[in-house]
Amino acid sequence: MSININIEDEKKKNLSTAKFQSERKVIQSVAVPIELENIDTDQIIPARFLKATTRDGFGKNLFRDWRYENNDETKPIKDFALNNRIYSGKILVAGKNFGCGSSREHAAWAIKDYGFDAVVSSFFADIFKNNALNNFLLPVQISDVFLQKIFEAIKENANAEIEINLEEQYIKLLSTGEQESFEINKYKKTCLLNGFDDIDYLLNIKNKIEAFEAAS
Amino acid sequence: MAKTLFDKIWEKHVVQKIEDGPSVLYIDTHFIHEVTSPQAFAGLNKRGIKVFRPKQVVATADHNVPTLNQHLPIKEELSRLQVEALIKNCAEHNVELYGLGHPYQGIVHVIGPELGITQPGKTIVCGDSHTSTHGAFGTIAFGIGTSEVEMVLATQCLLQSKPKLMRINVEGELNKGVVSKDIILYIISIISASGATGYAVEFAGSAIRSLSMEARMTICNMSIEMGARCGLIAPDETTFNYIKEKQFAPKNNEWNEKLIYWKTLFTDADAMFDKEININAKDIEPMITYGTNPGMGIGVTKNIPAVNNVDEKEKTYYEKSLHYMGLEAGSKMKGKKVDYVFIGSCTNSRIEDLRMVANFVKGKQKANNVEVWIVPGSKQVEAQAQKEGLDKILAEAGFMLRQPGCSACLGMNEDKIPAGKYCISTSNRNFEGRQGPNARTFLASPLTAALAAITGEVGDVREYLN
Repeated sequence: MSININIEDEKKKNLSTAKFQSERKVIQSVAVPIELENIDTDQIIPARFLKATTRDGFGKNLFRDWRYENNDETKPIKDFALNNRIYSGKILVAGKNFGCGSSREHAAWAIKDYGFDAVVSSFFADIFKNNALNNFLLPVQISDVFLQKIFEAIKENANAEIEINLEEQYIKLLSTGEQESFEINKYKKTCLLNGFDDIDYLLNIKNKIEAFEAAS
Repeated sequence: MAKTLFDKIWEKHVVQKIEDGPSVLYIDTHFIHEVTSPQAFAGLNKRGIKVFRPKQVVATADHNVPTLNQHLPIKEELSRLQVEALIKNCAEHNVELYGLGHPYQGIVHVIGPELGITQPGKTIVCGDSHTSTHGAFGTIAFGIGTSEVEMVLATQCLLQSKPKLMRINVEGELNKGVVSKDIILYIISIISASGATGYAVEFAGSAIRSLSMEARMTICNMSIEMGARCGLIAPDETTFNYIKEKQFAPKNNEWNEKLIYWKTLFTDADAMFDKEININAKDIEPMITYGTNPGMGIGVTKNIPAVNNVDEKEKTYYEKSLHYMGLEAGSKMKGKKVDYVFIGSCTNSRIEDLRMVANFVKGKQKANNVEVWIVPGSKQVEAQAQKEGLDKILAEAGFMLRQPGCSACLGMNEDKIPAGKYCISTSNRNFEGRQGPNARTFLASPLTAALAAITGEVGDVREYLN
């Protein structure tokens, strides 16, 4: 147990040194790489941790079965990126088809609760992408080529910083200056930049919804 | 203009379109369950609002319920609290709940169709990815997250971007021993676990049209396993005959009116898809998965792909996957010993699945090395199985019919496969740890699973059929 607490403390220290020019517009941080494809939501948060009735506290079970041997918190699996003290930061970088499988929003809650503000991958599963956006966790979809460059840059230097600029829609490797743009629909971008959520939007057009019901 | 089935339903449900953004989509039916709804109700309570259209919401307890002794209080405290929260939330918000002990209780994607709530032309959502099941009736049905559950509870609407459209045509007659589960496992093995991400997929062709409603549900159920937003099949006489007389099916004049509309729900001859895939039914064998995503499947007689045949970029994932499964690249799946057999889940727990299994095991005996769990999809399926004497046939073969729920498909309740053990399963996901920490899953049809229950190993069901 003590080993883990130390790692967590270490990470928090690193997090506090990450620079945030503005909370939502720009994320500038080192990153945690998980160079694997098809990471499904059962890995992100196994089903046995879905019994809570609140949204809080899922971070401690993020990637639970990849983090600990036989579910034992005193036995962290050293090779796994979340346990490797050289990696930290607000950005999770992962292989293509991230978040496939179950629709559990708990996956997005767990990633956010652990301390990530963005996930970078070359491909996201649909439901996960929506869940992430609804929790102000930014899914940044980039090309396979650029994703590979990011993995290599982090491998070369775990302190390699990445800048994600939502306003300008680009992601940049600060070590080399290389950058790529990413897509996000205008509506969602406005929501993220201003902290709006879909429910507010829908509640505001309730009269239109009622009119629609009456007409159909 | 020629339209697809998907377009026809979608357009009828758009309340408004946001410029450069999603559409406001009206949802006809919202299914909820105990695991993904409590935080949504908490959200409503925090805003001080009630469910907008409680009559369009149907609840059941399925994910987290025990499959033995359901008449007793749930032993596991957190599971019990979650089920109690559902009861409380439904009561406070006037939502109909088919909870434990109710004759309609069961897996949400089994009860919707069997009660006649699932009908062509509807939009249906649920906080569960296998909501795609309902697409078998010609509906737009898809899984959503809990924030979206809250949106639908609050406004009966969702913000959705229109997906791209794909059609998969399966033509020809199916081989002996090949059932709908094999069709969908074959399709996913070809297009991969992410091959349909961003698409709504219509399944068409003579092989699909020949299937019963329950078999069609199995296909649409697993659309999500190739990443699809939803899967759908145009309704036809098979669909109408299935729905007619069901508890909540339209009756009398309303039935006649609905039928006229339902008969317009097909893809027009000249309609265009963004992608179209043609599959010859003759190429499909009984299937089995060997890896840790549903796209990693092969015909039961085939060998697990050699590492050299795997794309360079995917090698790390592939090797990790086989290592987890304790399998050798290039080796055979046939003859592989299994420890557990799970027949159940929203993919294959309906009465036809149980009939298929009972018919196959009748007069045979369970292998000594396996433990078999048969979990009916609902109380109605259970009652029907008992009425037909299937429970007795299964009992004589050494199997036991448990009580309805999601059970070992996701191992949220106590039905977990122990670490390192192999389970041949009629469910939908073979992800690492899906059926329990370090459990190993082979996905297969109810027939192939029944065979493994008798022989204790993976086999080719065609060798046992006349």
